[in-house]
Amino acid sequence: MLKTHPSTKIVLWAIAAIVSVWLVAPTLIVIPLSFTDKASLVFPPTGWSLRWYESFFMNPQWTTALGNSLLIGLLVAILATVLGLLAAMGLRNLVNKKLAGALTFGLLAPMVVPGIVLAIGVYSVFLQAGLLGTLLGFVFAHTVLALPFTVVAITAGFANFDERLELAAQSLGATPIVTFFKVTLPNIVPGMVSGALFAFVTSFDEVMVSLFIKSPYLETLPVLMYASVTRDTDPTLAAAATVILILTTAIVIGALVFTGRKKRG
Amino acid sequence: MTTTNLPIGRADRKGSRAQSRALLLLLPAYALLIGVFAFPVLESVWRSFTDPELGLANYEWVFSNENNLTVIGRTFGNALLAMVICLLLAYPYAYLMTIVGKRARMVLVVIALIPFWTSLMIRTFAWIVLLQDSGVINSLLQLIGLEPLQLIRTNTGVLIGLSQVLMPFMVLPLYAVMSGIDHRLVTAARSLGARPSVAFFKVFLPLSLPGVAAGGLLVFIQALGFYVTPALLGSPSDSMLAQAIYAQVSGLLQWGRGGALGVILLVCTLLVLGLIGLVSKFASRRGLGIKVF
Repeated sequence: MLKTHPSTKIVLWAIAAIVSVWLVAPTLIVIPLSFTDKASLVFPPTGWSLRWYESFFMNPQWTTALGNSLLIGLLVAILATVLGLLAAMGLRNLVNKKLAGALTFGLLAPMVVPGIVLAIGVYSVFLQAGLLGTLLGFVFAHTVLALPFTVVAITAGFANFDERLELAAQSLGATPIVTFFKVTLPNIVPGMVSGALFAFVTSFDEVMVSLFIKSPYLETLPVLMYASVTRDTDPTLAAAATVILILTTAIVIGALVFTGRKKRG
Repeated sequence: MTTTNLPIGRADRKGSRAQSRALLLLLPAYALLIGVFAFPVLESVWRSFTDPELGLANYEWVFSNENNLTVIGRTFGNALLAMVICLLLAYPYAYLMTIVGKRARMVLVVIALIPFWTSLMIRTFAWIVLLQDSGVINSLLQLIGLEPLQLIRTNTGVLIGLSQVLMPFMVLPLYAVMSGIDHRLVTAARSLGARPSVAFFKVFLPLSLPGVAAGGLLVFIQALGFYVTPALLGSPSDSMLAQAIYAQVSGLLQWGRGGALGVILLVCTLLVLGLIGLVSKFASRRGLGIKVF
């Protein structure tokens, strides 16, 4: 390890501290704001109350949007993980390396195409197919955006997997299907779980495409937040933001605990 | 990209039957990808040449309308500025990550990753609160006796939000490259009599350039296509390309014009991505393991 002059180190730590505050503080101020007793977003709050949580959980518009987001996220996580698993297994079995490279690139493409370009395209196609504002439409659109993450996570899981275990199982008489469920699957479960969580968060967070494919009957939490921000600045938004924050943090910590335990085990 | 690390093809044991079975496994993902990704994107490209009628009228409109040129210029300017801000802040941050102990590094990694798991809407909303005329930043300015600034609904506000949101995309590639640099090279330069600053600028900095390029280009392409943050932190007169596209399609139902703007954005993004590809190819030839995604 390199020895750095103490004064250089102090400067570096000072910059890192400023950057850390800049990265983290904006998110954290949302929490105290959600407990304000005033009807305005003044920070720091002068008094405390739970009325904005009441207004969040009592307003069917907010709770429906939260429910929609949770349901869509769950369905997206399942669909993206299944499709990602099948695709990763397909890529693994491809003999032609050039073809496999090209097909992998195709699967990752939604990650690099600007969201707005995909959004107007999906809007146009859904408009013609009658999928605007439908559960199916949201699940399809979000799954496309989540698929690169599940493919990458599950492919990485396969890369760490010693495939001689499969050969050993087969040489001991296991059928391919038994080998898959008893040997392959348990070993790539951590990759699948982290892929599924990424897929859920991708869907739960998505705004751009959702803004185009929503309808008054079906909108997600970020879309409602977006609409609410442009309309007024009511602290219910801060309560909504805090609820999302707690939910996603719980998911991330859950994932860390899960993968950490797997590694140690 | 990680394509090169993917485990491709287990020995050509069963030949073409295995191959077609593998393709069959890829079919469901590709069916969705073609229906809800490739076809829609191609349809907007197609519409840019055909809506309302066949020809290049939409592109003529893009390049003859002064407002469009301003928006394109602002989009590139903002993307470039966001890239520079991120680089200036992320470089020392990532460098610190490579010289501290394990525990401190963990903390720095977690802080850099926090923005990844806090929703974009939350962070944009938080910036609205912080930057508003009576917000924390202006209260602080007044507290130390300075004039309040107009931050929200200005391009400055957009830049503050944009560079914060994109910061992790700069820190991570920089750290990936820097952690692969053999620090003994710098030590060697020092032992040969180079002053610390000379050793840094002549040895460490050039070796870290692939990370600078990768992170910079990543931030740049993301900034080009950003919608939510500029729409909420800026004013309509500070709009960027994504907002202009949204306005054409959603507000005015001008599919062709929106499509043409989208194609321009897409082409620019792909060009920059091609550059990333070249950079990582060049870097891997020099033996630097660089992972962009």
